[in-house]
Amino acid sequence: MTVKSNDLMVKPVLLFGYGNLSRGDDALGPLFLEYVESHFDLSNIELLTDFQLQIEHALDLENRQLVLFIDASVACVNAFDFSELTPAKDDSYTTHAMSPAAVLAVYQSIKKQLPPPCFLLAIKGESFELGEGVSANAQNNFAAACQFVERLLDSPSPDAWRNFINV
Amino acid sequence: MLVQRLCGICPVSHHLAAAKAIDQLVGIDPENLPVSADKLRRLLHFGQVMQSHALHFFHLSSPDLLFGFESDIGKRNIIAVLTDYPDIGLQGVKLRKYGQEVIRMVSGKRIHGTGAIAGGMNKSLTKAERDYLLEDIDQMIAWAAGSVALIKKVHCSNLPYYDDFATIRTNYLGLTKPDGALELYHGGIRAKNVEGETILDHFDYCRYNDIIHEEVRSWTYMKFPYLLSLGKEDGWYRVGPLARVNNCDYIDTPLAEAARVEFKAHTGEAMVHSTLAFHWTRLIEVLHCAESIKELLHDPDIMGHDLMAQGERRFEGIGVIEAPRGTLFHHYQVDENDIVTKANLIVSTTSNNMAMNESVRQVAAEYLSGRELTEPLLNNLEVAIRAYDPCLSCATHAVGKMPLQLELVDAQGQLIDKLIKHDDGQIERLDG
Repeated sequence: MTVKSNDLMVKPVLLFGYGNLSRGDDALGPLFLEYVESHFDLSNIELLTDFQLQIEHALDLENRQLVLFIDASVACVNAFDFSELTPAKDDSYTTHAMSPAAVLAVYQSIKKQLPPPCFLLAIKGESFELGEGVSANAQNNFAAACQFVERLLDSPSPDAWRNFINV
Repeated sequence: MLVQRLCGICPVSHHLAAAKAIDQLVGIDPENLPVSADKLRRLLHFGQVMQSHALHFFHLSSPDLLFGFESDIGKRNIIAVLTDYPDIGLQGVKLRKYGQEVIRMVSGKRIHGTGAIAGGMNKSLTKAERDYLLEDIDQMIAWAAGSVALIKKVHCSNLPYYDDFATIRTNYLGLTKPDGALELYHGGIRAKNVEGETILDHFDYCRYNDIIHEEVRSWTYMKFPYLLSLGKEDGWYRVGPLARVNNCDYIDTPLAEAARVEFKAHTGEAMVHSTLAFHWTRLIEVLHCAESIKELLHDPDIMGHDLMAQGERRFEGIGVIEAPRGTLFHHYQVDENDIVTKANLIVSTTSNNMAMNESVRQVAAEYLSGRELTEPLLNNLEVAIRAYDPCLSCATHAVGKMPLQLELVDAQGQLIDKLIKHDDGQIERLDG
């Protein structure tokens, strides 16, 4: 099967924000994409959002030069943690939702090659209840992450992004 | 926009059930929906059922089925399937992806698209979108047919086990077309009993309250729906692929119909009660969806522009569809300002609640010996529950929030053993 984006062109940079807009701080990933959409030139950037990561998302990594996953996380050390991902066969395979590292492992299994350089921007969240808005602390963390993305998108290359890793 | 966010796995099902209910609020009954809108909704729904079933079978169940229920838990995952059965694993990934692409083309997004609107659809398919989906549909049909052959082989390789494991003899409920054919989007309610005798047929789902009630029990938040005519004790029923394939008279796509005939013939009984047969019927439906998608893609109506109908507003709307996991009810009442004053949903997993409990009882009767909970028992319980594809963890990816917990309680209510399976797969025993 040939995988194509909506305009039948695969853009070199993929930003993939995932989470549920209706579950408090879980909305940070999708909200982050909304911020990028309204503040940046998207001619070389594709935005993709979903509730959860799944096996078929491995196919969205095909023919990319650089991929950024954006997610809310209770486990952040900082307001946001920025790290490089490597494929990992973790236990998320047995659930309806996978980790980004597991998606990379699926890519590796399917394509028999390493995935493109992939990074994770985890924004610290603390409350994920249905019907809640984004918490005050998470809003501050989100603002910091939005400032940070300017630096990332100013230098969209793996080597430049590796200099920004903070965990 | 709101109801789709109830679920991350089948948002399209909630979207379409709600759309059918809201159609009625704007005065449009299903038969008055423009033909193009009706067909686009069906296309959307086939994409949804296909991707959901593919996810369940290939991602969650095929590791159990291909490696064996007692195999190393570390091996029972999609990565191991991709390694040991690369063709099957890749087909699963791509079938799921194709279903998602159908959703994206029809509704604009893979999830939470807004294709259906009150009284119709907000866009039709362009020729480019139609042609894009047509490129791969024959491959999808071939893979879906292959997956049916695979599950038949697996099931028949150990018939006594597959036909008996966690099996319960139940009533079945679902929608069918007026001529009795399998129906996923719109039809009348049909219910059959254990022997395959019809309890009710072509029943207008807008009167569901006359035939279905929901029992509340003190120990759980989940309700227990039952058929009023049979009462609480005997009136519970199963929904979903096994119920649909058991209930229908035929399937109106040729390959899926041939698969249905083979499936029904394998026991020689009027109804197939095997809980593990949910997997087989799920894949028959994947094949039906793929065939139906092809049929619709060749239908010029999906590129039509008459997409909206208008009617006299009403204050109550009911929409029912066959979601991947079974019959899904959405019922709304609104006031003069269109504020929702009452909403009632019966989701598929709720309808299968009693059945899942009974399957757990069956597994316990077979595998629980003495007073100790064991890993094989825990594993077999998971296999039984997984067959129903329950949607219990909807809507967030907060991994680690919902470990599996198994308690053994004696007749006096005293806890005598407890196992917890954590999100990292580790199993911990807590003394009772």
